[in-house]
Amino acid sequence: MSDDSPNPQSGSPDKEPASEAQAAQNALGNTERAEVATEPDRSVTTPAPEPESKPSLGRLFLDNLWAANTFTVTLLSLVLAVVVGAVLMIISDPAVLSTYSYITSRPSDAINSSWTLVSEAYANLFKGSIFDPEAFSGWLDGANGWQAVLAPISETLTYAAPLVFTGLSVALAFRGGLFNIGAQGQATIGVIMAALAGFLLPLPPGLHLLVAVLAGALGGAIWGFIPGILKARAGAHEVINTIMLNYVATYFLTWLIVQNGVQDPNRTDAISKAVDSSAQLPRLLGDNLRVHAGILLAVLATWAVAWLLNRSTLGFELRAVGANPDAARTAGISVTRTYILIMVFAGILAGLGGSNMVLGSTASALTPLVVAQIGFDGILVALLGRVKPWGVLLAALLFGALQAGGNRMQSYSGISLELVTVLQALIVIFIAAPALVKAIFQLRAARAARLQTSLAKGW
Amino acid sequence: MEPGEIHALLGENGAGKSTLMNVLYGLYQPDEGEILVDGKPLKLKGPSDAIGAGIGMVHQHFMLVPVFTVTENIMLGAEQVRGGIAGFLDRRRARREVTEVSERYNLRVDPDAVIEDLPVGIQQRVEIVKALTRDVDLLILDEPTAVLTPQETEELLTVMRALKAAGKSIVFITHKLGEVKAIADRITVIRRGKTVGTASPEASRDELAALMVGRNVRLTVDKTPATPGEPVLEVAGLVVDDDRQIRAVDGVDLTVRAGEVLGVAGVQGNGQTELIEAIMGLRPVLAGTVSLAGDRINGWKPKKVLRAGVGYVPEDRSVDGLVKEFSVAENLVLDIYDRPPFGAGLALKPDVIAASAKERIEQFDVRTSSADAAVGTLSGGNQQKVIVARELSRPLKLLIAAQPTRGVDVGSIEFIHSQIVHERDVGTAVMVVSSELDEVIGLADRIAVMYRGRIIGIVGPDTPREEIGLLMAGISPDAAHESNTDAVPGDGPATDGSPARDAGSANKDEA
Repeated sequence: MSDDSPNPQSGSPDKEPASEAQAAQNALGNTERAEVATEPDRSVTTPAPEPESKPSLGRLFLDNLWAANTFTVTLLSLVLAVVVGAVLMIISDPAVLSTYSYITSRPSDAINSSWTLVSEAYANLFKGSIFDPEAFSGWLDGANGWQAVLAPISETLTYAAPLVFTGLSVALAFRGGLFNIGAQGQATIGVIMAALAGFLLPLPPGLHLLVAVLAGALGGAIWGFIPGILKARAGAHEVINTIMLNYVATYFLTWLIVQNGVQDPNRTDAISKAVDSSAQLPRLLGDNLRVHAGILLAVLATWAVAWLLNRSTLGFELRAVGANPDAARTAGISVTRTYILIMVFAGILAGLGGSNMVLGSTASALTPLVVAQIGFDGILVALLGRVKPWGVLLAALLFGALQAGGNRMQSYSGISLELVTVLQALIVIFIAAPALVKAIFQLRAARAARLQTSLAKGW
Repeated sequence: MEPGEIHALLGENGAGKSTLMNVLYGLYQPDEGEILVDGKPLKLKGPSDAIGAGIGMVHQHFMLVPVFTVTENIMLGAEQVRGGIAGFLDRRRARREVTEVSERYNLRVDPDAVIEDLPVGIQQRVEIVKALTRDVDLLILDEPTAVLTPQETEELLTVMRALKAAGKSIVFITHKLGEVKAIADRITVIRRGKTVGTASPEASRDELAALMVGRNVRLTVDKTPATPGEPVLEVAGLVVDDDRQIRAVDGVDLTVRAGEVLGVAGVQGNGQTELIEAIMGLRPVLAGTVSLAGDRINGWKPKKVLRAGVGYVPEDRSVDGLVKEFSVAENLVLDIYDRPPFGAGLALKPDVIAASAKERIEQFDVRTSSADAAVGTLSGGNQQKVIVARELSRPLKLLIAAQPTRGVDVGSIEFIHSQIVHERDVGTAVMVVSSELDEVIGLADRIAVMYRGRIIGIVGPDTPREEIGLLMAGISPDAAHESNTDAVPGDGPATDGSPARDAGSANKDEA
């Protein structure tokens, strides 16, 4: 649909030779090869049906995600989502829909009006997120400045930045074998700490920003540490605990905003004081464009997470624990310590994502909805990015583009912004069901049934 | 297969026995060839077709729901309902059926017992009853004795005879020669997916073994007599519980000296696993002491134990030994990744890891497409070589190898054995735990036999296998052997039963 469709496979530095080779074979859509690829243990190597240990659900899901998904599937998922989105647009527009009542007598009416509606909507989605030719010609004619040309990109990057952080948070935890559903809560505590540091501490510029960003990271770290230690010491499942802590964080924020010293004294509604300008992330392209230094931090964080996962001893431990905690423990790795560290790191990342929401250009004060859905969107971004750091970055850019473009689509084409949410959901659903996508496009799919049953067995 | 026949299917691990039977049971689809039942070709699309054709199977790993009762497990998949559309489960009828079948074949099982409370032998019986209630004529038993104690094995053989008398046919899959000779009417030997011969139970063990592995097996390992030095590992009065908080190791005293191999023999599940895990710091020590070269190491974390110069080849390589998704290179540094030269501070050194991996792959003859290949794609033998290579690549005081050659091809077995003996010859204390008696006899300089959490006797490697077999079955050594137990060096002050501090609780890592 757009030029920036992500290519997690090629963009990812992660080395997963087996699954990549496997994925490549699957992509050929060749039944025989695909069959071999789905069961490398049994058929390729010497027949040694030794007792397989039952892999965890997370492991199965990850295998499924990596083995059966390729660039092709991602692209086709996007196409499918766009097609379904188009159908939804037509159905939800009464004027267009009415032309279908006489489609047998005058089919051109229905086709033309549908085409106009859908193509305009998607064109606006594109113009709002990537490039607007009118603004470009306007700039050439001198009708508007260069800022207007870069505005769509600026919006995309602004929306993408926090999603990169929360996506990395979820992805990192997933690689360590943990489902971090709590990025939302961690981001919420992060946004609180960052904002408090932003308007309570009288610090010089530069230092103030640094302190505020670190405060956000610290808040997230605390909120990640709690489920981490509960998991490690008490065996409490992190999914339950992170979900519960999401609620705690959300309602703590709602309560905190209206307290004395936090609430804006000039307002009666739930909004806090504004963050001092000394604690705000600098804008990159002047005051008229919203893109701010958060996106640079996001790229930096992506690099850091990629390094951590693949090039550090800690990442080695993390991946070992994620893939096989028993073997990790036998090899002397402390699984409890690693679980705690994973959740703390995940919390830090989500907390940084939260800081972006109040220190950047999206908002400058706390409101009950200041973090939006970045934590939950982060889960989708992580999945779309195949839980690999650079993949997450690309996925976040796509989601950011959808958000940015959605705004324009809403105001220009009258398509509600919720359609974007539906599109996002559809993309992820199709990604998570590669067999479906391949079936629809007649790619001879890689033993869909077996993948599905293996996933079901995990429960 | 004839009716009323016990047909043994004999083959090494990985020879294709289980695969063949899974095809028979409809779990896998054959690529070629056909299955004939009563002269008619049979197309099996799934286990229900197989059951319909009168084929039942008892898997090596039981397919039971642990929290269900015996009756409920047996009903599963063939639930009887009454009350028409309301579809109430007819437990009473199912229960009656279970009682009836178990009485008919003398298979005492309590229909109301919950599976997880039952010992393994009884669970297996439940599986057999389950198959019988489906009215099968052909019963496939996939390595039924692997998890049984000798008594339970004996009982199983009795059950099999009763079934045979009732006209049922049984396919009995195993790689244990003794059982085959005890019960089978006909023996088919499979090797590398092909039938290599049939034999009658009168054939000698050696003939059968030769058929199984395709050449005359060297049951002995070439080695010079040991020159034992100082005690390296000393275990005194060790008490350890298993995962179910049931006493697994009950007062074990052991000494392993530098330059000798102590073999620990015993039927699986007599506390060997827990003993080793306690030594490695993977399982809390409830009482007793473990010392390594004079240092008391109980309560140490596994990492510290490993660092102190202990090499560990865990018994279940796919669970505890390897991270299958990791590359060969990564698995080769799994327990030293953070040590120079492989890691410096927080950073890994991928180049050094890759270079060292190349070296190890060559040195230990690991057959892999590359050092970057995921270890899970290697054959069992090569996976095991990766572990052995990893553990033997650093200076060791003590090597603990549990089932070092389980599920490993013959070539790799010889290689691994020679590596272990070589390690002994350079002065490392070696402890080999194996449920394969031949392996223990071949490798060990002294053999400790473990039975129900205790060392029931320590004997020399020249002791006849029958005597060791008796020990493994829990038949206490008579006076003649007691003189042999003098070989156990007096373990200093006997701390048996003293309330040692429960230092191991700190590493209750939870998965």
